[in-house]
Amino acid sequence: MKQVTLLLGTLLILALVLTSAKIVSEGGYALGDKADDFKLQSVDGSWITLSEYAEEGAIVIFTCNTCPWAKLYEDRIIELHKEFTSQGFPVLAINPNDPEIQPGDSFDAMKIRSEEKGFPFPYVIDAEQKVYPKFGATRTPHVFLLASDLTVQYIGGIDDSAQDASGVSVNYVAKAIAAVKEGKTPDPATTKAIGCGIKAKRS
Amino acid sequence: MTYLLTTLCLLLFGASQATSGDPPILSFEEFESYFKKSNDTTYVVNFWATWCKPCVEELPFFEDLRQDFLEQPVHVLLVSLDFKHQIDSKLIPFIEKNELQSEVLVLYAPDANAWIDKVDKRWTGAIPATVVFRNGRQVFHGEKFESYSELKSMVESINKI
Repeated sequence: MKQVTLLLGTLLILALVLTSAKIVSEGGYALGDKADDFKLQSVDGSWITLSEYAEEGAIVIFTCNTCPWAKLYEDRIIELHKEFTSQGFPVLAINPNDPEIQPGDSFDAMKIRSEEKGFPFPYVIDAEQKVYPKFGATRTPHVFLLASDLTVQYIGGIDDSAQDASGVSVNYVAKAIAAVKEGKTPDPATTKAIGCGIKAKRS
Repeated sequence: MTYLLTTLCLLLFGASQATSGDPPILSFEEFESYFKKSNDTTYVVNFWATWCKPCVEELPFFEDLRQDFLEQPVHVLLVSLDFKHQIDSKLIPFIEKNELQSEVLVLYAPDANAWIDKVDKRWTGAIPATVVFRNGRQVFHGEKFESYSELKSMVESINKI
């Protein structure tokens, strides 16, 4: 009897682990993978094609209006764009959230936020939620640094001090860009960061 | 010495949490002592913040869980990732308004990349996230619980190992 209980327990755990693994699986691109091209609409009405936008490279950031953790980084994302566009790495901000679950992340709300903050980069919506799963984005903000051939060079957070911009000791994105420009592999090439889980459409 | 202080601190607020309001603010090292405890208690550790909508929606499940397992060695720990400057203005009023009975602590550890994997390698850093831990065994759930029974069966599963 004890053995049966043990077996059942083990099976249950296994099932649970498998289920959780499925849920949190990063899936998506690994370092060195080439991102598929996509075309998404930006707040100014224009359509952005990744391969055209990332001619020399791009800092793709999944972010949104509503997540306080993403808001902490708005100014720093603007700075990244200003600093690295001339070096071939402009920012492409993508809102992956389903506005039905998070009304504050609707396309209209994105337009307003973009104007308020004066975003100098395109802020596009992943309206069909087909792009973020390919990248394996799980939270906002979540960064993917792409080289000119659209290969993924860095995945993770922006820096090591979310709550206090003045306390940053490592800017992971800037560091990764510097490495890529020298033809080296970024170190670290992946980092983890706290963020808001992406709001996926309920099936 | 630090460890002793931490343990004392944890013991103290652990015992008085239900009545005293202010949650302690811990570094990751202080918090980590929870994950190293070897005893028969099941720790249900939920990472949340008052500004995280799905987190707030699932909080009642954790409160129910605590209530249901009062007679058993199950300890619910709500780890807030609220911003440090909003502890007084947001977190404490939230705890009081909702009369949270579970233990709440604030984890203030800016370099998340240094500690997320130490909590659970499966965790990407998105909240809500929950780990259930008992004596070195651990299960992980990386999104919102849709029902109380979903949370309860996760906790019970570790008790059956």
